[in-house]
Amino acid sequence: MNKILDIQDVTVSFDGFKALNDLNFSMEPGELRVIIGPNGAGKTTFLDVITGKVQPTTGRALFKGRNLRNLPEHKISRLGVGRKFQTPRVYLNLTPRENLELSYNRHKNLFATLLGKPSKGDREEIAQLLAIIGLAAKANIPASVLSHGEKQWLEIGMLVAQSPDLLLVDEPVAGMTDEETERTGQLLISLAETHSIIVIEHDMEFVRQIARQVTVLHQGSVLCEGTMDEVQNDPRVIEVYLGEPQEEVTA
Amino acid sequence: MVGAIALVFLVIVPLILPVSRLQILGRFLSLAIVALGIDLVWGYTGLLSLGHGIFFALGGYALAMNLSLQLPEGQIPEFFSLYGVEKLPWFWAPFNSFPFTLLAIFVIPAAIAGLLGYVVFRNRIRGVYFSILTQAALVVFFNLFNGQQKLINGTNGLKTASAELFGGQVGSPDVQFKLYMLTIVLLVGAYVLCRWLTGGRFGRLLVAIRDDEPRVRFSGYDPTAFKVLVFAVSGAIAGIAGALYTVQSGIVSPQYMDIAFSIEMVIWVAVGGRATLVGAVLGALLVNWARVLLSERFPEVWLFFQGALFLIVVTVLPDGIIGWFRSGGVNQVRSLLGMAPPVSTFPAVDLNEEIQREREIVQQKDS
Repeated sequence: MNKILDIQDVTVSFDGFKALNDLNFSMEPGELRVIIGPNGAGKTTFLDVITGKVQPTTGRALFKGRNLRNLPEHKISRLGVGRKFQTPRVYLNLTPRENLELSYNRHKNLFATLLGKPSKGDREEIAQLLAIIGLAAKANIPASVLSHGEKQWLEIGMLVAQSPDLLLVDEPVAGMTDEETERTGQLLISLAETHSIIVIEHDMEFVRQIARQVTVLHQGSVLCEGTMDEVQNDPRVIEVYLGEPQEEVTA
Repeated sequence: MVGAIALVFLVIVPLILPVSRLQILGRFLSLAIVALGIDLVWGYTGLLSLGHGIFFALGGYALAMNLSLQLPEGQIPEFFSLYGVEKLPWFWAPFNSFPFTLLAIFVIPAAIAGLLGYVVFRNRIRGVYFSILTQAALVVFFNLFNGQQKLINGTNGLKTASAELFGGQVGSPDVQFKLYMLTIVLLVGAYVLCRWLTGGRFGRLLVAIRDDEPRVRFSGYDPTAFKVLVFAVSGAIAGIAGALYTVQSGIVSPQYMDIAFSIEMVIWVAVGGRATLVGAVLGALLVNWARVLLSERFPEVWLFFQGALFLIVVTVLPDGIIGWFRSGGVNQVRSLLGMAPPVSTFPAVDLNEEIQREREIVQQKDS
């Protein structure tokens, strides 16, 4: 059992609507995988299942061989799953440094958080991280005044600070300028050297920049997998994206 | 700073005010303690509790029960005879012990707050549902105490003025003066405790829970434990405040668990400024002082005034007095009066909007 993530026959149904339908998916450690798919394909629900926000109706999700069923979100997170949300979710009333400190904290139980202090080494690591995400100069102002792109970067930084084994990144470049997008791509590629990463993205230009393996989701199951070129030339994918009119309606 | 203000209250104020006024001020200072507790859960952690009257009253009852038991061996408090009770109810017995009472004043409210919090937070009940639940709990406790004449003297409450404490009658000027001093010491203690809790990484996590609790879970923290602890600490603070208030008022009664009173506590914090500890203290003192001033002269308008005050704070000063002050309120007033903001650097830099904006933020952060 050396797969970092193994999703086996997972179905998630909300009042009869199947957001995920008998989904099978697996990933080797160290992989950078991009998931694409039209709206409503189940991409976000897929991340919800991995992070414990949603329980699979049937099937099971294994992380490093461990069944995630009935584990609360914070325990899954401590196992080494980090998640970045679609809209940047940083703590707006805290500074970037404080945001990172909260994520970086290695002992997240009550009393360690209350009584412990970040060590010198921790503070240096956080300073380095601030430099990597380009926020060193803005480390001590509230995150609420950062630009959209900076918030996205800060959230990626928070994710890295958690030092997870698997990063789940939901639409990291939505709303970014071309230059920011390019830099985000480079950041993800360099992170992929030490982490396993799943990226969900709509921006095909960006997908082309970072993707090695692409998985296409459609109506809650995997439509096809392969390199970007293979996927783009797959007639089923073209049909889903360019679409028969009725597909648009279900989306 | 805090020490200096405390010294003023400890040394100078007693020289100016007669003891009768000091007693009133002492009561307000005890209310400021409970306001600190409310600020901790509401201002910092986002839990709007409308039930802090429970913890306040429990602290008061614990002390009052001990004081009621200062009787010759074998006797029981007088009110029991009115209802034909001859044997002391079992739960009174431990309150014979003064050390036990001192613990009970804050341990019992903390335990009940912790238990209530655990049940509620574990089930991920949040926001307005939490507020409604705390208010419902308040009504339950009110009725419990109000209806039990035979156990705890029901509606009439327990009187403390003629009991002995610190070597004198509780109601005597001498003891009241000591209680005033004690209140200030404990207020400073509560302030330091809240300051410590909200100052470091723990405090920032509370703010994080307030602003985005699901995100906190995905970062690997279990918010339940943090919320339970904070709620219990807040309950303990309220219990201490209630005990101090009781001996400075001469009575504890179920009226301390009146719905309106618990809402007033929230108003004090809102007026002073949520998530600023100084604001909670200031709000409690100001609102209560205004109440004394107004209700001495026009008893009938006080409630209207209080309602208006709350409306003003919510609509005009959502961050309260301290919040308004910190976000540049003084400059706002200056500009209303047609004065330019004070200049402290090179004008070209001052005119740069971006720099202005960032500087304001940095100043806010520093203050």
